[in-house]
Amino acid sequence: MLFRPNPSSGVPIYLQLMEQVKYAIETGALRPGDQLPGIRPLAEELVINLNTVAKAYRELEHEGVIELRHGSGAFVAKHKRAGKPAQTLRDAQTLVAATVKRLRARGLSEEEIRRLVEAELAGYARTGGRHG
Amino acid sequence: MAEQPEQPIIATTALRKSYDGVEALRGLDLHVPAGSICGFLGRNGAGKTTTIKILLGMARPTQGEARVFGLPAHLPQTSTEIRLRTGFVGEEKDLYRYMTVAEMVRFTASFYPRWRRDLEQRYLRRFELPAERKVKALSRGMRTKLALLLAFCRGAELLILDEPTAGLDPAVAEDVLQALVTHVGAEAMTVFFSSHHIAEVEQIADRIIIIDHGRSVVAGELDDVRQAFCRVEMVFDGDAPAAVFRAPGVARVRRSGRVLTVVSGGGAEEVVSEAQALHPKSIEVVPLTLKEIFLASLAEEV
Repeated sequence: MLFRPNPSSGVPIYLQLMEQVKYAIETGALRPGDQLPGIRPLAEELVINLNTVAKAYRELEHEGVIELRHGSGAFVAKHKRAGKPAQTLRDAQTLVAATVKRLRARGLSEEEIRRLVEAELAGYARTGGRHG
Repeated sequence: MAEQPEQPIIATTALRKSYDGVEALRGLDLHVPAGSICGFLGRNGAGKTTTIKILLGMARPTQGEARVFGLPAHLPQTSTEIRLRTGFVGEEKDLYRYMTVAEMVRFTASFYPRWRRDLEQRYLRRFELPAERKVKALSRGMRTKLALLLAFCRGAELLILDEPTAGLDPAVAEDVLQALVTHVGAEAMTVFFSSHHIAEVEQIADRIIIIDHGRSVVAGELDDVRQAFCRVEMVFDGDAPAAVFRAPGVARVRRSGRVLTVVSGGGAEEVVSEAQALHPKSIEVVPLTLKEIFLASLAEEV
């Protein structure tokens, strides 16, 4: 299964879902033009609130990651995401992978690394990612 | 995101209820918009059951007012209409033990002109309810499923559930939650459910209300609540300073050796900038799980 949000992680489920969709696109599991599961079937499958899935899709559409077509569902956007070509993300991923590896080598746990990144992001952009 | 675009399905204002001088509700304000699945959390004795009784016209408020569908819950005529349009599944399940499943369904159907035979058939199959078995011979899980089926099929616009999964095994509980998510998605209805299972509230609710000592202490969209609550941990070289945080929403500050911990219900940003002024060695921001939010919001009251 492609998506598997964890309700107890403390991170809002719609954000987790958004990240998982983006990740699936970045890894090529989902390609431009591919159809995403419908809002209702996905909510039922994951046993999460329908509005949560709808919110994730709305935000993804707003970011230009997917397109919502009336009556026919959600599709991975054909155009590349503005300002973030796949190469940039792949480069960034390499960077992150190397950093995580080094931190692990220093004995940091996954949880500790995650917290550090979150603290770093919270320091700047606590208001980012949401609007309105 | 603008709220109150339309009339809330449930609204209470300054609701008070005393039983023999003991205050169960002490000025409760509730607001449940249409189309939401709202989880209703609180300790035992926080006032959850009293609230539900007032909404269903089974108890009268001492002061304040409760409205469901905009109708006052304490007047006999409007209360009848509320109950006609609301499905309720409580601890007792309101089933007749001597009837079979099929009889119970037919009996209930006779009271509701909008009975949904299509749903009846679907959920009898989906829940694998044995039509000819007597209610008294059903397992607890089956009884809950039958009660839920009856509530679904009446064409109710609102479901009020008092701990719907209490005492169910995880598999049956998941069945019940999935049926709820599916049904609410298909029928555009509102669900108000109390629960002690925080994990299941996190899973299916899009709104939460936490009450404590008869008052609402946290209310809103679950995502907003989650985003608002966090723990900021600072580590200092020496003993942590006895700092005062002025950021709005700071629920708790704890000093323990070199560590200073702030629990905030008003986001991390302002706490972090105050923390930076203290020049700690490190600052960490950790999201809170709903369980931690629940516990933090109770502590606030004490």
